[in-house]
Amino acid sequence: MPEGKFCNKTPIQTEEALLSLLSDTRGTQYYEEMKSLEVNKEDLWNRIQKTCKSRMRTWLDICAHCGLCADSCFLYLVNDRDPEQVPSRKIQSMLRTMIEKKGDVTTEFMIECMNTAWSKCTCCSRCAQFCPHGIDMGQMNSYIRGLLFSQGFVPWEMKIGSGMHRVYRAQMDVTTEDWVETCEWMAEENEEEWPGLEIPVDKEGADIMYTCNAREPKHYPEDLAEAAILFHIAGENWTVPSEGWEQTSLTMFAGDWEGAKMQVDNVYAAIERLKPKRVIGTECGHAHRATVVEGPYWAGRASGKPPAPYIHYVQWVAEALRTGKLKIDPSKRIKELVTLQDSCNYVRNHGLAEITREIMSYMVEPGYFVEMTPCKEYNYCCGGGGGFNGIGRYRQQRNKALQTKRDQILATGAKLVISPCHNCWDAIRDLEEEYEIGIRWSFLKPLLIGMVEIPEHLQPKE
Amino acid sequence: MYEFLTGPMLWVTFTVFILGCIYRVVWYFRGLDWKLDRVAYKADMGLGLKWAWKSIYHWLLPFGTFSWRRKPGMMSLFFIFHVGIVFVPLFLEAHTVIAREHLGINWPAMPAGLADALTVAMLAAGVMLILRRILLAEVRVLTTANDYLMLAIAMAPFITGILCRLHVPGYEGWLLAHLVSGHVMLLAIPFTKLSHMVLFFCSRAQLGMDFGIKRGGERGRGLVW
Ligand code: SF4
Ligand code: SF4
Ligand code: SF4
Repeated sequence: MPEGKFCNKTPIQTEEALLSLLSDTRGTQYYEEMKSLEVNKEDLWNRIQKTCKSRMRTWLDICAHCGLCADSCFLYLVNDRDPEQVPSRKIQSMLRTMIEKKGDVTTEFMIECMNTAWSKCTCCSRCAQFCPHGIDMGQMNSYIRGLLFSQGFVPWEMKIGSGMHRVYRAQMDVTTEDWVETCEWMAEENEEEWPGLEIPVDKEGADIMYTCNAREPKHYPEDLAEAAILFHIAGENWTVPSEGWEQTSLTMFAGDWEGAKMQVDNVYAAIERLKPKRVIGTECGHAHRATVVEGPYWAGRASGKPPAPYIHYVQWVAEALRTGKLKIDPSKRIKELVTLQDSCNYVRNHGLAEITREIMSYMVEPGYFVEMTPCKEYNYCCGGGGGFNGIGRYRQQRNKALQTKRDQILATGAKLVISPCHNCWDAIRDLEEEYEIGIRWSFLKPLLIGMVEIPEHLQPKE
Repeated sequence: MYEFLTGPMLWVTFTVFILGCIYRVVWYFRGLDWKLDRVAYKADMGLGLKWAWKSIYHWLLPFGTFSWRRKPGMMSLFFIFHVGIVFVPLFLEAHTVIAREHLGINWPAMPAGLADALTVAMLAAGVMLILRRILLAEVRVLTTANDYLMLAIAMAPFITGILCRLHVPGYEGWLLAHLVSGHVMLLAIPFTKLSHMVLFFCSRAQLGMDFGIKRGGERGRGLVW
């Protein structure tokens, strides 16, 4: 069987196809079909020749096989230093073989590659900082995912995720109507407590256009309300777009570059339509990476920048605290040991390490903030990055991977973990569920709401 | 034979070596693609160059990077090996004489004692690198026959050179072996992994630009060490 009903080379294009794939519980039939999915060798080789250019080729060629990258990788460490988890080894075993064989590889090989690309590397790029030759295995792994996606060798959940973006321009089936309704609902719900609270949709020329992660309207609408409340307290002139509000990109995790472009084009179109002074994204690392760091390139923007200045939520919070738009009530500062999760995607991959420390300096009573070791740009992935969190097939490997973060957190002695990244937040929640170490975890928004001084005119009238 | 290897063949080898290296560098930079690499090379050239330089500089400095500091043993082997391999051939007195007589270039020489010490240290480091490949599981899994071949090609001119210098019996033979292995090494550089002699700078520059332009360089936190 060259292509299956569910497992094939065609990306999901329609709602119908998406629903049908979703009906295949846990991808049972999908993975069964994959076992006989044929590799289109010619296409694979063509694609490699067109896209594997001098950077990747040189990386493959000059890798000194020195092993300095080995213990930079948390997956290598946590899996008892399994030699198969040495970053260079993982990449060489996939890409090198594909190139040496000029694309003439078997179905079993591709399935093995899929297992490696999605369960042995979270594309966190930590190893890139340890390689004398400057070889970035995170980038290479993500490149390999693209090759695998084009051949249909992609985990079931990733295929669905990419399909969601292609059909709804969101990682979950949140339609424009659902979204706008959620905005109205959340504004109404909190109006009483916060007089004048609004979630303005499609306001042109606002100072801020806010974008978020589809999980928020879908599963945690309070997050959206909290963002609104904080903007309200800070007196910001802001808006959300009715279309182009979703900032994440499972297409990026899936290696679906065409879908990634569709997704980010949609957000940029909203920026161009509403012409905000700048855009602020929610507390999500991968969303930031997708829309701000990598997105401009998928969209073909030679400047490497989105159409308007686009910042991560922590940048706005730090600025609001610095300028006094938000003021912390000193008596409400955190007075227990607290630690901070640095998300690879905006810390290692966008240099936002100091700004979160600045936020901590306002929120935490001196002496109560403890760093993880290592931290900042050298922090380890939470254990669930690059799509790992969401793939059932690799649940066991993911749970093992969580041990790194568990041990890092335990070593701090803190019971509260602040995690301004959705994906890390999920991973930390899961690690508590799995290992029960007795910790709590939080985004910045709810903590801030509990701590900021409410300006006179916003205080509820007696 | 001696005359040929230090005369006409020298020209051939140098030409192949230099043109080969230039070709690899040009091929590298021409093959960079801002869209595929996802780095705005042109738009942010200034920032990019600054971080490219920083990245190269820090990695050429002992203890200059987080990675080096974490592995002082490996770092020492690396630097001793590379200092020997780069400086001894360039500044050995016997070589400067050949350069003067056959190529007509005047070149300063280093004291013989220093050259000897560097050679021995470099060879010792080479042996340790080989042992490291055999003993450490994470290096063993990466190692291929080619890696040993590269080490052999790189070390052969030094082994034969020091044998000549020590006047071990069979001087003529060792000298010839030294010349041949020297040519082999230079000729191998553009065509093998030894091309990292120039490509190291290219690859480091690229990653420096990548981190500098889009991964935090504008905040002063580009590739961090
Ligand atoms: S550190 Fe770099 S050169 Fe050394 S094995 Fe790893 S990828 Fe290769
Ligand atoms: S990118 Fe991260 S997970 Fe992947 S090999 Fe490197 S360090 Fe390991
Ligand atoms: S989930 Fe967080 S820590 Fe993990 S790879 Fe993504 S950003 Fe990094």
